[in-house]
Formats: sequence, structure tokens, C-alpha cells
Amino acid sequence: MMFSRFMAIMRKETRQAVRDPSTLMIAGLLPVMLIFLFGYAVSFDPRQFSVGVVVEQPTGETESLVASLRNTPYFEIKTASDRAAFETNMAAGELDAIIVLPQNFSTIALRGEAAPIQILVDGGDPNTAGLVGSYVELLVQNWLEQEWLARGQPPLVPLVSIEPRVWFNAEISSRNYLVPGSVAITLTIIGSLLTALVVAREWERGTMEALLATPVSPLELLLGKLVPYFVLGLGSFVLSVFVAVAFFDVPFRGSFLALSLAAALFMLCSLGQGLLVSTLTRNQLVAAQVVAMLAFLPAFYFSNFVFELDSMPLALQLLSYAIPARFFVSTLQTQFLAGNVWGVLLPDLAALAIFAIVIFAVCALLTRTRLD
Amino acid sequence: MSSLVTIDGLTKRFDNQDKPALRAINTQISSGHITGLVGPDGSGKTTLLRLIAGLLHPDQGKINLAGLDPVADAHEVRRRIAYMPQRFGLYEDLSVSENLNLYADLRGVHGAVRKTTFDRLLDFTGLAPFTSRLAGALSGGMKQKLGLACALVATPELLLLDEPSVGVDPISRRELWRMVTQLSEEGITVVWATAYLDEAEQCETVLVLSEGDLIYDGEPTTLAARLDGRVFLIEGIESDRRKVLNRARQNEAVMDGTIQASDVRLLLNENASAPALTSIGAGDGARLKAVAPRFEDAFIDLIGGGFRAESPFADGSQRSHETEIAVEARGLTRMFGSFTAASEISFDVRRGEVFGLIGPNGAGKSTTFKMLCGLLKPTRGEARIAGVDLRIAASEARARLGYMAQKFSLYSDLSTYQNLQFFARVYGLPGAGQRRMVERMIDIFALADKLDHNAGQLPLGFKQRLSLACAVMHEPDVLFLDEPTSGVDPRTRREFWAHINAMVSNGVTVVVTTHFLDEAEYCDRAALIYRGQMIALGTPAQLKAQAVSTALPNPTFEDAFIALVEQNEAERAA
Repeated sequence: MMFSRFMAIMRKETRQAVRDPSTLMIAGLLPVMLIFLFGYAVSFDPRQFSVGVVVEQPTGETESLVASLRNTPYFEIKTASDRAAFETNMAAGELDAIIVLPQNFSTIALRGEAAPIQILVDGGDPNTAGLVGSYVELLVQNWLEQEWLARGQPPLVPLVSIEPRVWFNAEISSRNYLVPGSVAITLTIIGSLLTALVVAREWERGTMEALLATPVSPLELLLGKLVPYFVLGLGSFVLSVFVAVAFFDVPFRGSFLALSLAAALFMLCSLGQGLLVSTLTRNQLVAAQVVAMLAFLPAFYFSNFVFELDSMPLALQLLSYAIPARFFVSTLQTQFLAGNVWGVLLPDLAALAIFAIVIFAVCALLTRTRLD
Repeated sequence: MSSLVTIDGLTKRFDNQDKPALRAINTQISSGHITGLVGPDGSGKTTLLRLIAGLLHPDQGKINLAGLDPVADAHEVRRRIAYMPQRFGLYEDLSVSENLNLYADLRGVHGAVRKTTFDRLLDFTGLAPFTSRLAGALSGGMKQKLGLACALVATPELLLLDEPSVGVDPISRRELWRMVTQLSEEGITVVWATAYLDEAEQCETVLVLSEGDLIYDGEPTTLAARLDGRVFLIEGIESDRRKVLNRARQNEAVMDGTIQASDVRLLLNENASAPALTSIGAGDGARLKAVAPRFEDAFIDLIGGGFRAESPFADGSQRSHETEIAVEARGLTRMFGSFTAASEISFDVRRGEVFGLIGPNGAGKSTTFKMLCGLLKPTRGEARIAGVDLRIAASEARARLGYMAQKFSLYSDLSTYQNLQFFARVYGLPGAGQRRMVERMIDIFALADKLDHNAGQLPLGFKQRLSLACAVMHEPDVLFLDEPTSGVDPRTRREFWAHINAMVSNGVTVVVTTHFLDEAEYCDRAALIYRGQMIALGTPAQLKAQAVSTALPNPTFEDAFIALVEQNEAERAA
């Protein structure tokens, strides 16, 4: 290891990174874009549903039920006396659901028989369909109970069983856990994709061959290439945290230092993955595809970032332990939303450190200053 | 003379190839010499250089470099050698001085030594005015010089150059030779790999490789001298010189034949006497003149002769033509941003003519070529094929032309047969005709053994054959060939030209680009393209005549090119 050779590679790599607009775009623009995307566009919080209510025979009861539906923030209600008009709207996707209150609604409902309400939901989006169904059932249930109480009669046996859902909790917005999670995606892309592409580019342009024919050692080459991207990645990390807290009001309740440590370790894992890919492939296009398959998609699916691991089959849950992003996302979400929970942070840091060591050991074993 | 490198029984195989890349090579590289490593693409030149540089591990045999093993002692070996890979190993997004600084840092050249070295190298290469320019913005010749300068930051004992002159303009090529000769005089041992056979003549020693075998090891002059008295030029031919060549090639006495401007060059078999000129239809005025053998003749002799069979395209079928002019270029100009890749290029190609666009890489040949066949829209000017304006009726014009791209552009993952079949269908050949034409192409280009191979895995010569087959299946009137023989071995090159000549005899018009300047000899007329301009247009004899001087009574095409470029620059300066 000679310091001046390491510095030479590092200087060259930094210059190239700074001169390549795509590198700066990925490091500077991508984190901000992702945060905006997950902060604004993607949301798993309930939105307002368009619901058509068919009132076949208006009575005091139907009016009171429609009013209580209108009073919730979840529905935008239109009424009609005939189902046919709404059916076309639903087919066109303008309505999420149709509620039909039949002619004899008042009589049957107040007699305590099974609620004679028909709910038609648009199954095109099963998620929405399920939600609308549950909302409507719940609201009708509430309304019935109140009607009974108002008449001084004991409430009926509930007609539907009710499951409370987190969706209804307006306090927890999905932005608060998606935005921190997106930092892991940013670092995965910067670490794995940029390094893999940069190395593949050297092979494609034939500069790697010229470099290898000099007295440069594998360690000097590896470190010289990694340091600039490590710094770049940490810069993106700080930028992400700043944008999340300053512009999206995502709470940050933990310790920035602890989170930075986790970010640094995770960055090492990503860089190592990128280098591993570049030893497998010497072509930019293949490198990008392999990174997407081996680093990006697993980080996206199996990190608890968007998709809940608890609801996955056991095999996939076990697989997630092989994905470094899983541990980083867990620290990110805890640090942002809960605070310094040592019971989460320490095991995560340990796991990330082990990943980094293993990945780099494999890299060092595979790196040769030869072409075959 | 002591040897710096000793190579003993060296064999190298690659996993995806049936034949070894190098087979049992034994040789020595003398210190202080320029050793030429000569052979067509795929003959093993780069593999040998990489093995010497310790970048590859030999399968069998040993390399001894001044007592060191290139793999086991890689670190020490790399202190002593410098290696310039193909495409020069430059970082295009770094400036000239940043590239130099990088290699100086890596080779531990610091302080005052660095300063004097840089001054010397910049002066030597003429790059001093361009130190802050990005390497990517340099011309091909300047890149090559910068590549050499980067290899020389720490004076090496051994300098390995992998095809340093490929595609570079002839003026830069001469300067490079001058520089390398000077280095060799300073005591540096040089190995210069090249596919240009004429470069071999300038080396003190040559190693000739063919398909992984070392087929000659010695002085180039000795090799050529073996052919004294066997090389002749038929001058003053009164009939079609292509037909004369075709007949001559089938004569028992002839080992190889090529067109040389308006003459035919023959290499005879050992102890054979030249065929009677009347028997090959050269006419009464034709004369036979003995000429000095060239290295290319020697190469053909080493590999057992050139292409001798008659091209099956010579079936006497004639194309009918409505127009006398097959291709017209009128003021073709193409800008890429503010860069003018081709400027005001105008010429006519008559039917049944072989027309060459000749020039170094980056001169604008391919740009002009693509505008001619309608693949690139001209910024100004127009191109017509058989009188049809490409802007108005591109598809009508395209149906009449065949195009062979410079890069292998067939489907690599389809087999040879599937490629042929696909193109036959694309051209809309009818059912029975389709099968017949595919069979004919398999027969003509000897593809029968390779039908099931994926096209991407074929050796270069077969890739080129398949590309040509796919370009001519629909029997086009005009054939556009972009660097068809680049990198192929001399025998395959002759086979190609035999087919091209046969098609031309049938009335097909051929437009061909090449950076092998001597291939201009095969053309009826050629346009010389240099820095986006057409600097000369004429028959090969006319072009060469412009360079005749007392110092150069018999200029080669390269001499002619250089003279014309100098004339052009003098005119521009005036």
C-alpha cells in the first residue's frame, strides 16, 4: 500500500465524479426526488372516496343516514333515486362504490332485521374495495346504534363484527415512515450502482487494462475508488435527512450521530455490493441490471420500507435477514419516529458491520490485478 | 544481442473457444530492438502482450522477463515495463496533464524529475500547447501520442504497444514511428503489435502470428527476400483488369494476385514461370514487370497462398440499369452541434464502378457513407441512388441497395442459418427463391460448417462473410460496404475482393470505405476524406501521380495521401 498511489486513484476518481453530470444528479437530485415522491405522491393513508348513494324512497331515516355519511371526511357523496345512473359512473371509474338503500329500508332497519343495504364496490383496486366496504359497514353500524339509542331502545346485537384499523388513525401518516426509508434506497443506488458502473466503464473503455499494467496494488485501487463515493453517499444522506426534517416535517427523535454511524456502515455494504457486481461483469448495461436484481429490488421489497415483512411468508421473512437494507431501514424508522432505542440500534449496527466485513473480505479475495 | 524476454512453450486457452489463442510459442525478444508482432485480428497478438505484461496467466509454458516471472513477480515486472493497450488507456474526461499526472503518481515519478520528464514528453509528442485540453477532445493522432507519453512517464525497459496505429491518420502514424525509433535508439526495447502488414517492414525483427501459431520469427527483409523474382506487375492491361486478375488467379503458376491501381500484381509459386499474358486476356500491349516483394506477399506465402477459387458471383448475369449514374452526392454536409463531420462533399459514382471513400478514423468517411445510403439525414445537400432522392423515396431507394455495416450488426444470438433466413424474409424473397438464395449464400461463403453456431461466436472472418452474405441476398444494384475487410486476414480480404470484383463485373456498383490506404488500389476511383473534407478525387493512378517527386518516384498510396494532405493544408493556410 503506497499512499501516493492511493491518493492518485482517489483524485482521478473524484475529478471524474465531479465532471460527470449523471453522478452529481444521482447524488444530489435523486435523494430529493425520492423524498418528494414518497412525501407527496405515494401514500398509503386513506384518501377521499367517491360514493354514490341510491335512495329509492326518501324517508327521515335515509336522510339521516346520508347526512351521517356526508359528515365523515372519507366520502364524497352523490345521491340518486335510481342505480342505473351510477352504474355507468362506476364502470368509468368515477365512483369507488355504490350504496343502495331500498324502498323498504326504513321499515326493515328499524325492525331490527338484517340491514338491507347493498354495497357495490369497484374491485379493480382490491385495496380500495376492501377499505370502502369496511368504512361503509362501520358507518352504517354506528348510525344504526345511534338511531336505536335515540329511540330509547337498547342497541341490537351488532350486525357486523368490527375490526379497528390503523388506517383510521389520522395521527400516523405513511410519509413519516416512507421518507426515512427512502434514504436506504438512495444509499443503495449511490453505493452499488455508481461503483459498479464506474468500474464497468473502465473495463469498457480499456482504461482498466492500462491501470492494471502499472504497479498499482488491488488495495490501492479499491480504496482509491471507494473513498470518493463513500463521501458522496454520506453527503446525500445528510441532504436527505435535512430535506425530510426541514421540508416534510418528519419528526427526528433519535441521535444524528448514531444514525450517521449506521448510514456509514450501510454505505460500506452498498459499495461492497457494487464492487462485487463489477468483478462479475465488465459491461455497464449488465452491471446496471445485476445491481437492480441483487441490490436494489431486495432493498426495496425486503427491508420493511414499503412492504411489511410481518405479512410475508416465513421463508421470505428469513431471507430478509440476508439483506443489509433491512437493518438500516429498521434503524432509520426507529431513529426518526421513536428515538434512540438501543435495543434496536445495537443489533442493527452489529449486523451492518458484519455484512460490511464479509462483503469486503469476498471482494478482497476476488480482486486480482489480472484480466483472467 | 542479448534477449530481454524469453518465451518458452507458451500456450493460452480461453474457456469459450475451441482453439487455443496461442499455441506453444517459443521465441526471444532482443533488447534494444523494435520487434513487430504481426498478424490479423484474432491471431493472438493482444493475448501475447497481455501475457508478457502479467495481465493473463499462461496455461502452459513460461515467460522470463529479465529473470522475472510476469505473474509471480507482477509488481516488479510492472515497474519495468510500460503497456499501451488498444485505444490507448486514456481517461477521456481528464485533461492531458491530469492523465500524465495520474500515471506519474502511479509510477512514483515525483518532484523535479516529474517536471523535466513532462517537459521532455510534451516536447517530444508536440502536446505542450494542449495540456489543459480534455483527452476526449483530442484527435486520434494526438490521443495516440498522449497514450504513448503516459506509458513513458517512467522510462521503461520494455515498451509494449498494442496496435498503436490502427485507424490513425498516416501523418500521425509516421510521427509515431519516428518517436518509437528514437526510443529504441535510447535503449528501450519495443514490441509493436499491428495488423498493418506494411508496418512489419519497418521493424528489425518480426514475429508473425496466424491463428495462434508463430509462423515466422526473424528479420522482415529476409522473409521478403525469399520471394525475389516471384513478384510481377502486369502493366498496360487493355481489357478489364478484374477479369484478367480472375483468370490469372486460376492459373497453376500463380499463388496470389491483387489489383494494384490499373495493374495486376502477381505472386508466383516457387520455380514457376509467369503465365502467358495472352492466355489471361491482358491484351497485346500488356507487359510483365518484376517488382520487389512486399511483406504482405511474404505473409501470403507463409499461409500457403491467397484465395484462388473463382467467385460464384461471376456467373455472367447482367443487371439492367436505367441510369448511367448509380450514386450522386451533392454538397453533402453534416453537422453534429458545432462540429462539421462532413463538409460539401460532391461526387458521382458510375454504374459498375468500385468507388472508395478513403481516410483515417474520424475523418468523416462513415458520416458521408451513412448519408449516401439514407441512414443519416444530411444537414445540407442531397444524395440520390439511381436517380431517386433519398429524402423523398428512402424506402424505394433502399430496396435497391445492400449495406454492410462497419460493426457486426447481425443478430448475435441467432444462428448463422437463422440470420440468413431472417434477412431473406426481410427482403421479401418468395418461398422457393428464399430457400435457393440461402443455399447459394451458404455455398458461396463456405458457411456450411457454421450453420448452427450463434453468429456472435463466429470467428471474425466468418462474421464478415455472413454480413456480406446478408447484404447481397436481395441482389442489390448498389452495394455499400463500410470497412468490410477491417482486421481480417489477407486471404479472407482477397476472397472478399474476389466476390466484390465478380459482382462489379455483373454491373453492380460498389461504394466502399476503408482506413487501409492501400485498399484504394482496388478501387476504380477514390475520394480521399480528411477532417470532413474531400481533399482529392480520382483514379488510384491519378492520385498517386500527384505525389511523384524525385525523392519518391514510386509513391505508395500512403505517400500520396500524405502529399495530398500537405498540399491541402498549404492551400488552406494560403
